[in-house]
Amino acid sequence: MFFEQIINGLTLGSTYSLIALGYTMVYGILELINFAHSEIYMIGSFIGLMMVTVYKLPFVLALIVSMAGSCLLGISIEKAAYRPLRKANRIAPLISAIGVSIFLQNAVLMLVGPQARSFPANFSVKNLKLGTFLQISTLQLLILVVSIILMVGLHFLIQKTKIGQAMRATAQDKETAQLMGIKIDQVISFTFAIGSALGGAAGVLVGVYFDSVDPMMGFFPGLKGFVAAVLGGIGSIPGAMLGGLILGLVEMLGAVYMSRYKDAIAFAVLIFILLLKPTGLLGRRVQEKV
Amino acid sequence: MLVLDNIETHYGNIRALRGISLDVKQKEIVTIIGANGAGKTTTLKTICGLVPPTSGKIHFQNNDITGKAASDIVGTGIALVPEGRRVFPRMTVLENLQLGAYLNKDRQAVKNDLEKVFKLFPILKNRIKQISGTLSGGEQQMLAIARALMARPKLLLLDEPSMGLAPKIVANIFDIIKQINREGTTILLVEQNARMALSIAHKGFVIETGKIVLQDTAENLLKDEEVKKAYLGD
Repeated sequence: MFFEQIINGLTLGSTYSLIALGYTMVYGILELINFAHSEIYMIGSFIGLMMVTVYKLPFVLALIVSMAGSCLLGISIEKAAYRPLRKANRIAPLISAIGVSIFLQNAVLMLVGPQARSFPANFSVKNLKLGTFLQISTLQLLILVVSIILMVGLHFLIQKTKIGQAMRATAQDKETAQLMGIKIDQVISFTFAIGSALGGAAGVLVGVYFDSVDPMMGFFPGLKGFVAAVLGGIGSIPGAMLGGLILGLVEMLGAVYMSRYKDAIAFAVLIFILLLKPTGLLGRRVQEKV
Repeated sequence: MLVLDNIETHYGNIRALRGISLDVKQKEIVTIIGANGAGKTTTLKTICGLVPPTSGKIHFQNNDITGKAASDIVGTGIALVPEGRRVFPRMTVLENLQLGAYLNKDRQAVKNDLEKVFKLFPILKNRIKQISGTLSGGEQQMLAIARALMARPKLLLLDEPSMGLAPKIVANIFDIIKQINREGTTILLVEQNARMALSIAHKGFVIETGKIVLQDTAENLLKDEEVKKAYLGD
């Protein structure tokens, strides 16, 4: 039971990590909580479902299409709802984000109706035995592998490529980044694109994992992705990855003993860690050295 | 090379520059001196596109660059070493230098340029892996200058390079500025340390509340009674 819950926790946690990355990347560059992120996750899940059921695409291809769609959605949201408010006070884009979130939720609700739909895995799901205690389903394995690939890829992108360097420079000092020749509007678009693609991927993975997709599905995972980002230290990419995994593990282990409080546990952990370390696990203290 | 013609710049409703006209000729070291808040930094920010002017024209090498974005002006050959150095604190020295060469697509050329700036600042070479935020103030200033040079500027703008540094390091930095100029880069230097700035400049402008009130050769400005009283502490 214990080992099973570890695997369940890591699986769920890795999807929280993917969601958290979108929050943390956008926050890192704009200091904005992109509340519409949970809707990108939901719509990503719907795109994946459509690709699998209507267009009969293989799962991995459906995942890629969904990521591409989420990418475009994220870029459009930034252009339409946040960019015009770039110079406004900080609360305005936040309100705008909440507005976008409500708008998208209701748009999807009108289009497809409120009922949950099944998201069938279009590949055979088997249980693999690893020794006497451990057992993992091929579905869980797929979720873990996809998440790891995406996170390793992201790490490479941020640390080793020129656009990644430009993203980090823009996050650290926008004005000076422009002096280097970096077009920060492009960097911001790119950040939304990547964060949204990861969110969409998480939507597809969770959709197929729980075999369920509905227009309200973004709410709790979105909230937990946000909690994971804050837990790890908002703005920190490794922090978001770590925060998601911890949250998933704690939630699944907690569920063994008090399953009714599964969701409460996430927030209890958040409060506990923020009391000990207000900046989150890997967050930086904000200080300017002159 | 660089001509500002009656430039006005506003921050909201506040008029920070009230019609600045100045010119910098090729190979010169030109300095703008003035008190805190006179508009020195704003002048440099306006030239490099960080704050667009509300009226007036800026020409660089006979091209109108008025109102261009900062990220495009670097490409024309103007690089700014900002006030307070502004190195990217959580990046290594090497990454800061690479960002200076952001627009240069030729990797081999960037490598050669790196070697060139290491000749000018040998101390940076030993620290390429160090996180820039942990460098001393003088080292950060050197890094900021080196980073600007990586953009291969024809005109280098320096904003208060002496700020907060020990006199010995200031002297060192000014020697390097002279050397950069000898190697062919034109320099526009903004300084509160007027004596130091005038000692290496060919020409100087005195700015007061957003207007140029005096311009002359550096030599003459150093002898000017008004300048002596107001800026040289005599």
